[in-house]
Amino acid sequence: MNRSSRHFSFTVLIVGGMVLGSLAFPTGASAKKLNVVTSTTDMAALTQEVGGDKVSVDSIAKGYQDPHFVEAKPSFLLRLRQADLLVVVGLQLEIGWLPPLITQSGNPRIQVGAGGYLDASQFAEILEIPQGTVTRAEGDVHPLGNPHYWLNPDNGRRIARGIATKLGDLDPGDSAFFQQRLQDFDKRLSEAEQKWDAEMKPYRGRKIVTYHRSFPNFAKHFGLDVIGYVEPRPGIPPTPSHTLETIQLMKRENCKVILVEPYFDLKTPQSIGRETGGQVVVYLPSVGGEKGVDDYFKLFDYDIGLLIKAFGASS
Amino acid sequence: MKVVGLWVSALLLMVLPCFGQSDAGQGAPAQSDTAGLMQKIRDLEDRVISLEGQVRQLKTQQVPSAQPSPNPAASEETNAQTAPAASQTQAVPAVTSEPGGQSVTLGGAGGSAAKALNPDISAIGDFIGVAGHNPMQPSPALQMHESELGLQAIIDPYARGDFFLSFGEEGVNLEEGYITFTALPAGIVARVGKMRAAFGKVNTLHNHVLPWVDRPLVTNSLVGGEDGIDDAGVSVQRVFAGPKQIVFEATGQMFRGDSGNAESPVFQSNAKNDVSAVAHLRSYKDLTESTNLDLGLSYARGHNDQGSNFLTQLYGIDATVRWKPLRRAIYHSFIGRSEFIWSQRQQFPAEQRSFGFYTSGDYQLGRRWFVGGRYDRSGRAEFADLKDSGASAVLTYWPSEFSQVRGQYRFTRYAGNIDTNELLLQVMFSLGAHGAHPF
Repeated sequence: MNRSSRHFSFTVLIVGGMVLGSLAFPTGASAKKLNVVTSTTDMAALTQEVGGDKVSVDSIAKGYQDPHFVEAKPSFLLRLRQADLLVVVGLQLEIGWLPPLITQSGNPRIQVGAGGYLDASQFAEILEIPQGTVTRAEGDVHPLGNPHYWLNPDNGRRIARGIATKLGDLDPGDSAFFQQRLQDFDKRLSEAEQKWDAEMKPYRGRKIVTYHRSFPNFAKHFGLDVIGYVEPRPGIPPTPSHTLETIQLMKRENCKVILVEPYFDLKTPQSIGRETGGQVVVYLPSVGGEKGVDDYFKLFDYDIGLLIKAFGASS
Repeated sequence: MKVVGLWVSALLLMVLPCFGQSDAGQGAPAQSDTAGLMQKIRDLEDRVISLEGQVRQLKTQQVPSAQPSPNPAASEETNAQTAPAASQTQAVPAVTSEPGGQSVTLGGAGGSAAKALNPDISAIGDFIGVAGHNPMQPSPALQMHESELGLQAIIDPYARGDFFLSFGEEGVNLEEGYITFTALPAGIVARVGKMRAAFGKVNTLHNHVLPWVDRPLVTNSLVGGEDGIDDAGVSVQRVFAGPKQIVFEATGQMFRGDSGNAESPVFQSNAKNDVSAVAHLRSYKDLTESTNLDLGLSYARGHNDQGSNFLTQLYGIDATVRWKPLRRAIYHSFIGRSEFIWSQRQQFPAEQRSFGFYTSGDYQLGRRWFVGGRYDRSGRAEFADLKDSGASAVLTYWPSEFSQVRGQYRFTRYAGNIDTNELLLQVMFSLGAHGAHPF
């Protein structure tokens, strides 16, 4: 009996310590700014556009990191615990790392389905939604559609609108402010879009090969034709036979540009480039992939600049 | 869902006349008209996309609503049936689970909760082949070592549930089955159920996430072997911000007091009061963007198989260093880990104080290849003077992230004089949506 009561006091000590600790380090958001955590930098950039100085935004993944494989480090737990809003890309992009972080955060506001959890994919046009039976014989497929949907300015606008509405719900006092910022963003984006459309117009219908299937929304918007991938299946590293097929395909179709995400090895793309005389272009799928590319506009400026240069050199 | 479909078609129907009018109206529509129309089409496109998004959300809706849905059958029943029947239903309180039953039972929505709310189901197969002679710990040449079935879902807005059933070649074991309360105040995360205790690192890991085929000697000798400290109880956890950007995680757990495998339990509850307790303090720091350090202190105490008056206490220190360059995260990484464990076991005639440790390193060579090594040394819990030591070399190949082939060469010297050399081969494969494990 004596011993078990010692056990009991031991447990009480631990729990008591935790409660005391939680009093010592208060959790909730500090009145003024909304604390927003996003899974990727693109969502952070869009939140920043509409949130302005009324929000403090932090992204878990870095722009040059493969968003499928992020380590769920405990340091993210602290940020998540303070968050009023968590914005995720969704469509199972973060399935390998985000769920345990959400569970362990101990923050009821951002649990799946709670008011502070926002799946941005609901606002965007989603491509490549698999029809019929889905199996992993097709590689690491995303059964709900391609999650790399933010590389289309129209989707950017839609996501920003969704985020602005959500920020307004969480902070009704500043709702008009967020809508105002949204209108301003919309205007600047429309102007930029006209410029980008004009720049890309001469290259409509050009054929390209990408490493991973992360480009369909960009390609659709700017009228490019993605004819193949360096990966034989999503998430499966290149194989010699598939590489040979890709080389033949590019020669047949007279395709001269290979786009590679910054987190993939360049060896196979470069050997394809050598065989076909194609250019290997390390494009940025996300904001923050390179120094200076720190907002949504600069992301498109950067990628379009690269593409124009590559198309120019290959023609 | 049908309603949304109707909306989409209605919108499309509205677009068609727009085209018709513009063609019929003027021969050459003014520039501004075209721009206006384009704008209208864009707006409609936005609305269609937003509706598509809502449909997707509905399809993937994971969180059941916290409120019971009103039951249409109930009103019909009361209309049709006479008063005695109604009083009868009142008298029998609420255990029916038939669709159409008036009451809400645990499990909630019953018939109306369609397949969409099924938990994520996964199965992981773990096949092991062993070559070489080991008289001390014999293992079969070929075995389907474990088949782990995982069922995971969000229970309601306040909790999630996880079940891991492990099927050995004979019999089934509930490896873990717990509810995690995610909406508690003050950032506290609590778990209730059967779970692997937070003692060190290896004890918390399922077989399929280990970097080796087997578990270290110190785990086998002092911490209950493959099953480890895995018991029914309650766990409370909280994360704290420390100085210099150190993250602390404190865990306190209380269990029934039965752990380890049947032949040599680490803890054994001989009476109801023989509960066991585990405490863990973890500190974590990002040294750079790609390197981090994880240090932990663990303590466990419980009663052992000698009786209620005999305690076993375990003390542990664990250290993990990880390196993963973010730009090449899928190609290269390194994990170095060590655990030091002291066991203090009261037994007849004299208390045994044993010590053991392992230290290991795993380097990722490329996208699919991993190489690693481990050094082991441990006394035995019941005979502290008998010390075993060993070393392993491991090579792992990943055809994809859903399957894995691993070879391990293992040398062990038992009690300082019996040497064994073994070759272990493991094939693991994963089906379905296995939730990610904590870092």
